[in-house]
Amino acid sequence: MLKFCMRIFSLFALSASVLFFMFNSAFAGNPTKVGFVYLTTPGDHGWTYAHELGKQMVEKRFGSDVKVSVVENVPEGPDATRVIRELAKQGNEIIFTTSFGYMEPTLKVAKEFPNVKFEHITGYKRSKNVATGNIRFYEGRYIQGVVAGLMTKTNKIGYIGAYPIAEVIMGINSFAQGLRSVNKDASISVIWANTWYDPVKEADAAKVHIAEGADILAQHTDSPAMLQIAEKKGALGFGQSTDMSAFAPKAQLFASINNWGPYYIRKIEELKTGKWNTGDGPDHWAGNDWGGIKAEMLLISKFQNMPDSVAKKAQEALDGIKSGKINIFAGPLVDNTGKEIIPAGKSLDDGALWGMNYYLKGVNGKVPG
Amino acid sequence: MITFVPRDKVSKNWTIIGPILSIFLTVFFGLLIFTFLGYNPLETLYQVFLSPFSRIDRISDIFVKACPLVIVGIGLMLCFRANVWNIGAEGQFIMGTLLAGSFALLFPSVETKFFIFIMMVIGFIGGALWAFIPAILKTKLNVNEILVSLMLVYVAMLFIDFIVRGPLRDPMSFGFPLSKPYPDGAIINKIPFPGIGYLGQLHYGILLILLLIPISWLFVNKTLSGFKINVLGSAPKAAKFAGFKQNTITITVLLISGGLAGVAGVIEVSANIGQLQPEVSFGYGFTAIIVAFLGRLNPIGILFAGIIIATVKLGADNAQMSMGIPKVVTGLFEGILLFFLLTGETLQKYKIKWLKDT
Repeated sequence: MLKFCMRIFSLFALSASVLFFMFNSAFAGNPTKVGFVYLTTPGDHGWTYAHELGKQMVEKRFGSDVKVSVVENVPEGPDATRVIRELAKQGNEIIFTTSFGYMEPTLKVAKEFPNVKFEHITGYKRSKNVATGNIRFYEGRYIQGVVAGLMTKTNKIGYIGAYPIAEVIMGINSFAQGLRSVNKDASISVIWANTWYDPVKEADAAKVHIAEGADILAQHTDSPAMLQIAEKKGALGFGQSTDMSAFAPKAQLFASINNWGPYYIRKIEELKTGKWNTGDGPDHWAGNDWGGIKAEMLLISKFQNMPDSVAKKAQEALDGIKSGKINIFAGPLVDNTGKEIIPAGKSLDDGALWGMNYYLKGVNGKVPG
Repeated sequence: MITFVPRDKVSKNWTIIGPILSIFLTVFFGLLIFTFLGYNPLETLYQVFLSPFSRIDRISDIFVKACPLVIVGIGLMLCFRANVWNIGAEGQFIMGTLLAGSFALLFPSVETKFFIFIMMVIGFIGGALWAFIPAILKTKLNVNEILVSLMLVYVAMLFIDFIVRGPLRDPMSFGFPLSKPYPDGAIINKIPFPGIGYLGQLHYGILLILLLIPISWLFVNKTLSGFKINVLGSAPKAAKFAGFKQNTITITVLLISGGLAGVAGVIEVSANIGQLQPEVSFGYGFTAIIVAFLGRLNPIGILFAGIIIATVKLGADNAQMSMGIPKVVTGLFEGILLFFLLTGETLQKYKIKWLKDT
């Protein structure tokens, strides 16, 4: 009985593998093989979904000239190393790893596959075949600050932070700069959710902000929970990563949209034409590709739920950032304890942004840790 | 109403046919679901079940993935045999890792590989200490160990989070919650094979399994302590009459399982990550509970259970890469597999009896 079953099973296994190889060889031609590693399932909103949209743009642009493989839900640890290595082994020529925590795994595998190109999104360590790409998310937050400053009645802004790291802090400070450019009386309170994605925690934080009198909410977390609470309680807020107006049609003022598609397309094109490179800037995020509104890596969704006069101001801020007329972190800058950060006439460079561990004027409290 | 009545005798034939039938049913329902969802069913099945065995380095990946599951699972086996329900191996894993990792970071220039053994001892102590809390509460105050051990998981998660964000954060990490890299002596190397090089991530930590399985088998089957544990689990009253010290056994199995979870953490992080980060465990402590039961609380069974779970997980990734099947679909398949395997096992031991409603 046992023997018989084993035989059936192995027969089955054999036929399955034969079928598989027949299927595999059916692919002809030589498309560029592109791999993507996602932190979560894309779903319909947020960080990974924005990457998914970028991937779809790649497929649309190149058609059968690319063959895209995606692995979703890859935890930032040993599994990432294995998955990235497997993608490299399967012949992918360029691999996009789309979360900060893939930094060490990406570098580790890149060393083993010197002929494969790696693109680590939001990392700061590069090597010969690892480039880094990031978006100037903070530019959108300046415009959020402008709109918040004009729309708030209570002069209290509730901000939900993910983790107290430089990227999030520069977003808060940029928001504060925008806010204070139109309204010197308003201030920002921050609640740290200590997560990038947890609808329950985000909703709780939003409720606390509203209970304490905030009428405008902003977030550096990923779910639409904050906006849904705002919608229910008659507050207003901003969408994160992707347009979230479907979740909160009456509460979303606008969303900052991460637009990875153009970056992916450019890097794949560079690879096809042999021009792929890792940039030559200094070793922080800005060293390689750090595009914002001007590069169209950050898009701003439709201004809504605000009077035309506010929308006009918002558009001015948007245009100002695009043209370079607005320099968000231009001196004089003082932190919220009154200490001078930079005098008038100077402005913070990219490196200084990644060293931010203080709040600028307009933000309450102090950075934890 | 349905109840389960223990069978007088477990049929020898069914212990062989049972698992095969379970696999067969899994395959059948898998094919059904994949076809229904519009995926090539045979290829999907190949990817999930067989592709992890299709290359030598993929096979080694299975063992790398199974390694922490098996080590934790063997510790849990002792607990579950003694009817002590340690659900908190995840937390013990984290605390062992954290204690050993913090220790390693005190010696930034240590190079000797002997250091890793010290770390394993410290990891054992860390995990055991964390398990000592439910142990002492259970034996002194009769507090339910399921609740305490489970809740301590979340405490451990928050604690390591706090540590790598605060005291142990690498000043060069741009504010990201990562510790400095471990010193050389705290890294478990990959195993080099002459002529081939490295096989995936296959590392020396795997060797511990080879040691642990025979030792734990001897312990539960051939020693008096192992016997006491079994008796306490299967016939607590008999254990009492025989004068076995229930509290001592409870504390011992919790300490050992906590300790082994800690050791598993040390190996996992030293071999695969090389620094402390907020997340070090990825649910190994919870998955190991399934592994322990799937392995019928038997060391060799646990090895195979670990391999099965690891295979399906790797297969799920392969299916995504080559066919674009989302993880939820392969997760469904994994669920079906576990369902049939565990049902099959239960039905071998128990009869279903229909009771008339009264």
